[in-house]
Amino acid sequence: MSQKTLTPARPPGASRTAMSRRGFLAGLGAVGLGATVAACSSGGPSASGTSAGGTVDLTFWNGFTGGDGPVMQDLVDRFNAEHPAIAVRMTTMEWADFHAKLPAALTSGRGPHLAIQHLDSLPTSAARGLLLPLDDVAEDLTLTSDDFIGPVWDAGLYDGQRYGIPLDVHPLGFFFNTRVLADAGLDPDAPPMDRESYEAALDLLLDRGVAGHWMSPHTFTGGQTLQSLIWQFGGDLFDAEGATTAWARDEGVEALSWMVDAVHAGWSVRDVGQDADIIALQNGQAAFNWNGIWSVNTLDQISGLEWDVRRLPRIGSVDAAWAGSHNFVLTKQRGTTDAQLEAARTFVSWVSQQSAAWAVGGQVPARLSARDSAEFAALGPQSAIAEQADDLRFLPSVPGIGDAIGELYTALNEAVLLTKDPRDALRDAAARADQVLADNRDRYDA
Amino acid sequence: MTAAYASGPTRRPLRRGAPWTPWAFLAPFLAVFGTFVALPAVRGLWMSLHDWDHLMPDKPFVGLANYTALLDPTSVLFQRFWDGMTATGTFVLASVPFLVTLPLLLATALNRAFPGRTFLRAVVFLPYVLGVAVVGVLFRFVLDPNLGVLNHLLGVTGLDRVLHLLGAGDPVPWLTAQPWAWVSLVGVTVWWTLGFNTIIYLAGLQDVPRELYDAAAVDGASGRQRFRHVTLPGIRPVLAFVVTMTVLASANMFGQADLLTGGGPGTSTRTALMVILDTGLGRYEMGAAAAMGYVLSIGLGVVSVVNFVALRERDGRGRRRARRTS
Repeated sequence: MSQKTLTPARPPGASRTAMSRRGFLAGLGAVGLGATVAACSSGGPSASGTSAGGTVDLTFWNGFTGGDGPVMQDLVDRFNAEHPAIAVRMTTMEWADFHAKLPAALTSGRGPHLAIQHLDSLPTSAARGLLLPLDDVAEDLTLTSDDFIGPVWDAGLYDGQRYGIPLDVHPLGFFFNTRVLADAGLDPDAPPMDRESYEAALDLLLDRGVAGHWMSPHTFTGGQTLQSLIWQFGGDLFDAEGATTAWARDEGVEALSWMVDAVHAGWSVRDVGQDADIIALQNGQAAFNWNGIWSVNTLDQISGLEWDVRRLPRIGSVDAAWAGSHNFVLTKQRGTTDAQLEAARTFVSWVSQQSAAWAVGGQVPARLSARDSAEFAALGPQSAIAEQADDLRFLPSVPGIGDAIGELYTALNEAVLLTKDPRDALRDAAARADQVLADNRDRYDA
Repeated sequence: MTAAYASGPTRRPLRRGAPWTPWAFLAPFLAVFGTFVALPAVRGLWMSLHDWDHLMPDKPFVGLANYTALLDPTSVLFQRFWDGMTATGTFVLASVPFLVTLPLLLATALNRAFPGRTFLRAVVFLPYVLGVAVVGVLFRFVLDPNLGVLNHLLGVTGLDRVLHLLGAGDPVPWLTAQPWAWVSLVGVTVWWTLGFNTIIYLAGLQDVPRELYDAAAVDGASGRQRFRHVTLPGIRPVLAFVVTMTVLASANMFGQADLLTGGGPGTSTRTALMVILDTGLGRYEMGAAAAMGYVLSIGLGVVSVVNFVALRERDGRGRRRARRTS
């Protein structure tokens, strides 16, 4: 087969240094040496699992690149100190890299033993055979559904088996710049919490030349804002089985229209860039931003910024807020020893009991008992957001659901950037997503 | 096989190595090429004939279904893929003319002798050493419609009024509306990669014999005529190289759009490569992604051949320029 049409030509003459006989021999030697080194290292550390000192080595991958990373590292260090027989090594990477690398690493036997998965990618990974069932861990830990938010607990189930132990939930919260509110004559201690007062506040801010709530056309955090609003207006993203989309119905259109109308009304500027919504809040150019609880640490680090956070205001007819969740998973990988599995269970069990410590990283603990603790109550912003724990909504536990929700973000982008009517945008996105859902059903049910 | 090639009774046979000698010299390259190019290419072709997800137990053979789906307007992939190809095509058409002509003008200027020439050459090349992540994040803040430096400067100088007259919204939506998103992506790419082509042109310009310019000057040729009839023919092989490489590089645009616009507004700047990546590693439809990759590669192969044919040296015009192949 000819390679000509398949691979772009290399620049001719890019490397034209004549190679001497000696250089050639040296090169051959280097290749040989490299092969030897590779051969020696291929029996790598994960093959045996136990190092000379008798400790069990575990690798743990996650995507905690923000303010949450050091908190998790701290927990890992404390665990290692308390458990001399186990050595956990944590590797942090961007979530996007994490999701791309994990399958390949696991198939090649070089993946982690423990990992964190988002709730919406958990069923996909389980269906693709990346994970080990954890029912026994849940039993050992005497974890029960009573101690967890219902949807979070249920989301760890796939095909009748448990694959994830919830670590936290991270909901959307209502962040506001208290100085901007005070300057506009609004009470920063009593921010608007319903549609009427919210819109009145935005009008008041507009009179003072402030576009109060910048509507992001991007997934972060416009996507989460739109999902929250659809639920608030009484709609849903998918039907009960997660088989077809439901966002193009009237409630969805109403929700997206509210965001678009905010742009038309001047409550939001046009053409909001990626992250510009939260930057505007920091700069005092906006008053409100619906953002993830993970922003707590980011805002805390900005000196001179006066801000506060509450549960989401109710714009629609019911209280609802988008939330995600981090879950511990054990990976399925050849070469993992029983000792490592046992150690991994010990680790999951131990960290799960440190929920309140983890909340410092800007998360809401998944366990009710941790949320009710005095330690958590002391974390003002986190516990303010956690007030809406009963109203949190999650994506359904369906493999490949992330592929379908991506189409909603396209509709959001088109509508908020005023290039497409909200109803048309949602309808077209729903048609594409329905086809994606049908394809995924064929793939994962087969 | 004998190496002897007797042309006369007194001549010693030409000395040749063993038949495997060329292969021995080629072996290191072939090993790398085979492992990282040929094998994956063949395997990709194999994958493209299956519904392939390397983790799923069965990978059903689907024949050419992945390819026919790309030609079937009712499939999900059709719309995504051809939207991506359209975006890639738009970017190639919009960026290549600038990336071919601007560096040539710059190179012509930098080829003259003047103080500070070496410094300026370095300055022109400098952005090229930046990674795409740096360029992407940097320009996201420069170009942000509401918070960016560019719109601030335009506002201060009053130049934004010119853009409003051209139909741009207020603030100028550099990354969030068309055609401004394309203008930004092309502009950023030109700024970023200009230096590479400039350096290639400079090398080519320095190879044009001085005497030809002298002869043309004696014949009374103007500056423009010298450029048209001496410089351009003199750098034709370089031009062919630059055009081909630039088309390929632009067709492979990924990072700028991924970081600056995220494929938006809507999906208008989601290039073919972004679609392929998302299909293969985001949705795990690796067979379909492989098929897309092949269609894109074949398309680029055809374009490259056309480029070379169009810009090849024509017989009977000028001398043969053996130096480029030495």
